[in-house]
Amino acid sequence: MKLITAIIQPHALQDVTDSLREYGITGLTVTEVAGYGRQGGHTEVYRGAEYTIDTIPKIKVEVLAQESDEAAIIDLVLAASRTGRIGDGKIWTTEVGTVVRVRTGERGADAL
Amino acid sequence: MDFTLDTGATAWILTSAALVLLMTPGLSLFYGGMVRARTVLNMMLMSFSAIAVVAIAWTVAGYSIAFGTDVGGLFGSPLDFLGLAGTDEQSILAGSGVPFLVAAGFQMTFAIISTALISGAIADRVKLGTWLVFAALWVLIVYAPLAHMVWGGGLLSGDGPFAAIAEPVDFAGGTVVHINAGVAGLVLALVVGARKGFGKEPMKPHNLPLVMLGAALLWFGWFGFNGGSAGTADGTAGLAWVNTTVATAGAMLGWALVERIRDKHVTSLGMASGVVAGLVAITPAAAALTPLTSIVLGLAAGLACALAVGLKYRFGIDDSLDVVGVHLVGGLVGTIGIGFLAVDGGLLLGGGASLLLVQTLVAIVAMLISAVLTLAIALVLKYTMGWRIPEADERAGIDITHHAEAGYDLVGALASRRERSSSAGSVGGAAFPPADPGPEPRNQVPGRPHEAPAPADPAEEPARPAVAGEPR
Repeated sequence: MKLITAIIQPHALQDVTDSLREYGITGLTVTEVAGYGRQGGHTEVYRGAEYTIDTIPKIKVEVLAQESDEAAIIDLVLAASRTGRIGDGKIWTTEVGTVVRVRTGERGADAL
Repeated sequence: MDFTLDTGATAWILTSAALVLLMTPGLSLFYGGMVRARTVLNMMLMSFSAIAVVAIAWTVAGYSIAFGTDVGGLFGSPLDFLGLAGTDEQSILAGSGVPFLVAAGFQMTFAIISTALISGAIADRVKLGTWLVFAALWVLIVYAPLAHMVWGGGLLSGDGPFAAIAEPVDFAGGTVVHINAGVAGLVLALVVGARKGFGKEPMKPHNLPLVMLGAALLWFGWFGFNGGSAGTADGTAGLAWVNTTVATAGAMLGWALVERIRDKHVTSLGMASGVVAGLVAITPAAAALTPLTSIVLGLAAGLACALAVGLKYRFGIDDSLDVVGVHLVGGLVGTIGIGFLAVDGGLLLGGGASLLLVQTLVAIVAMLISAVLTLAIALVLKYTMGWRIPEADERAGIDITHHAEAGYDLVGALASRRERSSSAGSVGGAAFPPADPGPEPRNQVPGRPHEAPAPADPAEEPARPAVAGEPR
């Protein structure tokens, strides 16, 4: 079992969820997050006072999947969220121990 | 004096009083949006609570100090209308057919908003109790006497010594309200001191839509402020209405122009601030200018205030929400601008320099009176009740630490209900200390040892289980 986590540009979310749904992914979790990478921060001005904002708003998408789907999901997220400009984000995967569907108590692949 | 009830005038003053009272909740939105999310409630409460304290102080003695029998040109006798006991013939608007209590209530709303304005200078860091005591004392000792001097036949009015040169003009409160509140804000910012991290940490507005809504309500209420100051429903009220609108329009554009040139971007906060700057500047001048010269005055106020608000960083004075930059500067532009632009006696309209001289002198005297009296109150409170909350409380946010509530609870599920213990919620103490880890860990199944998670990438935070997706 794998957890695929993607940090993407907020405007890419629709394309990512559309393509994952088309592939057959039936659920995922989306979180509004903030952070910085090579893109750095940005500047805001309030009544003439300039603020350097270190973090930039991003979207975190998390998908639980079978190991056999890992590569395909990465490719789909990549295709849907890449613009080629700095700030497109990151994707990583982690090993997941146990997955349980709360409603039924099903475990493992059945819980996906 | 002849007193015949004028129902039209009375209806308009009653309406205006309601409009002006609405300005204070409007101001609380304007101010509340400009502070950080963790102090929004305290900021809004400082405006709101001014209504509670000032309404009572005004009823007991404030009105009488402002409009009672003159004592040396400085204040009115507090005993004349103690508890708002008076007759219609004694109304300050007597002759315009408005009942005593209607006039007194209308004036009450001015005292309330003037006091509330000051709170923006000391955002995020003062004890509510000290603020409330200050509000009561300030209305009785500073606002009401100054209102008497300008509007009640005192030193700065048409009955005062300056009238020998030219009759001073303050239609709706350039000196009494805005210069007064601006100076008081400056004094309090100095006495109370800057917020921890001022000038170093970001203290940016957390909700600009609230600020814009607040500016809109202030503008709406200002029609009562300036229109009602005509004292009746007539052409002067109409002139004030039009001038109030077009001056504000000019100030919005003036502020935007400064931003476009200096900062490259025109901002919503800037144009909302321009609204207030224009309203402030036209307040004393609303019946003295033409609509066209009102636009000029508003434009000047927008430019001046936009340039002034940055100065606090240079001087290291934490006038948090620019009470000085908007109300003192805007009030000065309006009060002194009358000397240049007034139809009767304006320097630029061929009226000579005497009105300009008088307006400048009145502004200076009002600033001195406000500064000295406000300083006295502020210092007495500093060494008795104290102004500041503890530094740790300020850092954690005054809403949670001093009001035991939060402005925003977007995920209601993160709270859990717990009966109040006898020690919780003590006054001034932290009802919810910032380090409180919460009632109990929720990620562990009770009675079952938590399995050690598989070593993950150390850079990654431990992920909470995501919603499952089923590949096909």
